[in-house]
Amino acid sequence: MAKITFIQHSGAEQTVEGLPGMSVMEAAVKNMVPGIDADCGGACACATCHVYVEPDWVEKVGARNAMEEDMLDFAFDVRDNSRLSCQIKISDALDGLRVKVPEKQF
Amino acid sequence: MSDVITTDAVIIGAGPCGLFAVFELGLLDIRCHVVDILDRPGGQCAELYPEKPIYDIPALPVVTGAELTSRLMEQIKPFNPTFHFNHMVTGVRKLGDKGFELETDGGLVFRSRVVVIAAGGGSFQPKKPPIPGIEAYEGASVFYSVKKMEALRGKDVLIVGGGDSALDWTLNLQPIARSLTLLHRRDDFRAAPDSVRKMRELSEAGKIHFRLGQVTGLKGGDGILEAATVKGNDGQSFDIACNAMLPFFGLTMKLGPVAEWGLNLHENLIPVDTEKFETSVEGIFAIGDINTYPGKLKLILSGFHEAALMAQKVFKLKNPGERLMFQYTTSSSSLQKKLGVS
Repeated sequence: MAKITFIQHSGAEQTVEGLPGMSVMEAAVKNMVPGIDADCGGACACATCHVYVEPDWVEKVGARNAMEEDMLDFAFDVRDNSRLSCQIKISDALDGLRVKVPEKQF
Repeated sequence: MSDVITTDAVIIGAGPCGLFAVFELGLLDIRCHVVDILDRPGGQCAELYPEKPIYDIPALPVVTGAELTSRLMEQIKPFNPTFHFNHMVTGVRKLGDKGFELETDGGLVFRSRVVVIAAGGGSFQPKKPPIPGIEAYEGASVFYSVKKMEALRGKDVLIVGGGDSALDWTLNLQPIARSLTLLHRRDDFRAAPDSVRKMRELSEAGKIHFRLGQVTGLKGGDGILEAATVKGNDGQSFDIACNAMLPFFGLTMKLGPVAEWGLNLHENLIPVDTEKFETSVEGIFAIGDINTYPGKLKLILSGFHEAALMAQKVFKLKNPGERLMFQYTTSSSSLQKKLGVS
């Protein structure tokens, strides 16, 4: 079990629990975290689960994959720490992960 | 206004459930017109995951979205449905006991005995980038699709994005625009390699400008754009002068006009019964991802089942008093005749 904290644009925080193997997007959707739309349901095909990984976690979360890099072309305000949360797999190493939710997914 | 199209059923949405509805209705001699906002059949299977495998279609251990769509198209061929692509149904009005009048944003008008809403997650609409104040320019200087190329002749055009739409319109508009800038967040494209090559040639020849960065603000007044403020990849901001901007960030699903048709809604879904999959208005049905009922699962196979049961009630509405004999396609010669196999 890993705890993941979603920080809304307003600053409001919500911490949810995810099982290893699940994606960060799935943990968000399961717990109805606002702002993670996930139109395509996790197929890396829509870029509506965009998050900004907090600086101390960027390295642990790892790099974007090629398909994700392509899909980020359809996200808004992409930054160095942008990830699609459907492509971040939860593991014990990510217990305590903090990500910011963009103001709007589109 | 164009001529009115008269039919038994209008199906809104050409995704897998809408397509299979043509089959189930066709077996009962109900003639269908299918309307979809996309330019091809398949719905989410075409737009979101044409190449992704689906593993839970009965008897097909693995099938891609594109393949499922083409198999359904083959299966419904005997019923010869009429497709109306690039149209969004905007209005549905009840015509007494005689059915419904529907209209699309492209000016089509239907008179139909029944309406089958198979609109999935809603209609695919262009993503609108949340740039502050962008709404004021939409329709006058900011366009999410190109309806008439001529409107952009002689303009200073800024195209934003790196997919096929951005690349295609860069190539198409370059000859008629006064100037054209393509802005993308990286020097890589998710588009047809041939288009990318042609774009790079134009850029090298100085016929277009290719810049790296993301739009953060717009300048202008009264809906007329003068410049877009861009944050470059080095963090520096600069302005690109333009009087037309075309952002291409793909499509997203919005419920759209369905909400205005007087149907009961529950959290953007349409509640239906589980016998006929009919909405709160008799004669309007909802199948597939867009409906809700106790135990609903958003699975393609559930939508197929819903289509079969919906068709039974449509038959009764079309043929009041007539008894519908339940038949199997394996053994019924009349069904086989309709399918063109006997």
